[in-house]
Amino acid sequence: MFSIPVFLESFQPLMWAAQYTLLISVLGILLGLVIGTLICAARLSGSRLLRGFGGLWVSFLRGVPLLVQLLVFYYALPVIGLDVAPTAAAVICVGVCASAYISEIWRGAIAALPRGQAEAARAIGMSPRDTWIRIILPQAFSMSLPALVNELILLVKASSLVSVVGILEITRASQAQAATTFRPLEVYIAAACIYLAINLCLAALGRYLEHRTAV
Amino acid sequence: MQASSVEISKVNKFYGPFHALKDVDLSIPPGKVTCLIGPSGSGKSTLLRCINFLEEYDSGEVRIDGKLMGYDAPGRKMSGKKLRQMRRGVGMVFQQFNLWPHMTALQNVAEGLIRVRGLPKSEAEARATDALRKVGLADKTGNHPARLSGGQQQRVAIARAIAMEPQLMLFDEPTSALDPELVGEVLNVMKTLASEGMTMVVVTHEMGFAAHVADQVAFMEKGELVAVDSPQGIFHAPKDERIWNFLRTYRERNAF
Repeated sequence: MFSIPVFLESFQPLMWAAQYTLLISVLGILLGLVIGTLICAARLSGSRLLRGFGGLWVSFLRGVPLLVQLLVFYYALPVIGLDVAPTAAAVICVGVCASAYISEIWRGAIAALPRGQAEAARAIGMSPRDTWIRIILPQAFSMSLPALVNELILLVKASSLVSVVGILEITRASQAQAATTFRPLEVYIAAACIYLAINLCLAALGRYLEHRTAV
Repeated sequence: MQASSVEISKVNKFYGPFHALKDVDLSIPPGKVTCLIGPSGSGKSTLLRCINFLEEYDSGEVRIDGKLMGYDAPGRKMSGKKLRQMRRGVGMVFQQFNLWPHMTALQNVAEGLIRVRGLPKSEAEARATDALRKVGLADKTGNHPARLSGGQQQRVAIARAIAMEPQLMLFDEPTSALDPELVGEVLNVMKTLASEGMTMVVVTHEMGFAAHVADQVAFMEKGELVAVDSPQGIFHAPKDERIWNFLRTYRERNAF
């Protein structure tokens, strides 16, 4: 039988672990945005070397599962003599992985802008820098918002993978809870509820931002 | 108003193996309206875009008030900074308007004044308001392009160009994307500009506009400039069979 009290009691330890899920997802996407923007700039640049590097970056990080990337990164660090906290390692890994997808989201949005948008700016003598900052990027950002929110939601769910490097996020906490209570069904349903609540909030935030930046 | 003249000589443009402009010569006098007509794909828009170097011509010369456009010397492109300096004197209006959809009409017009001319925001907005009033849109300054009709959008685009105080205006089929009933309001704004002595180069399919407003009409076909003449000469006494054929097709299509 499904026990309501056990189900409700499971929330407390899981909510605590949810902090790590959120921390890793949010810091991960912020890092991913920064690196992804740089990678996108590299892929659109005039330099063949930079374009090649950006292309390789995206191919590798999209082509290898995040779980494998996490394990490689986590076990490679001590080998090269670096002592990095598991949380930091997880954020870096998640951010780097997200950067590959985010750079492609940017690239797609920029490519979707009509050529005339930048041409109108060039025709009045606007510099390339101002054209990017004032004309291209604001439009690319609002066009890519749905895809970025999608990516953030995927990251929240993918953050369950960081449990393999010993971080007590929602999934790992629920495994522990299930093992001590012997009530896996109640515990995992509680975990599912928390993921769902987080992602519904993120989706609502995305809709709000879309509305705000609608063109 | 200061008005520029343009001298185009022996201009060639290739897209890969396709020869888009063939030794084009054209003299555009200051303060006059020059219309470019011809079948689609004849190179009129390409020629127009070579004037402000949105399209890079491969050989020949485009000189605005004597200054070579786009190149320091044959085969050596000028710096981006120098190119931007030269483009400031040349306004352009596009077939698809190309307004920036994330900005209001006022912001669209003020943007260049702020970023390119370096005016403070308040002065830029005052001048932008003047430009919008001039095209009859004083009451639409706060609207985004999506909230304007095609004709209004194109008038905002004209205001955006004239606010920069150009000495030469290029129009690339400015009414081709408009519903027929909105064409008149755009042509009227262009007529006003012409009457003020602006040098204008207009690629158009509006033969009526060309006939009544142009000082000279250039006919192009297959990348060649076939003839330059007065509107009277082109429309009523064409010397080349290709012009005659083009006008016959035009009349047949517009007859009812």
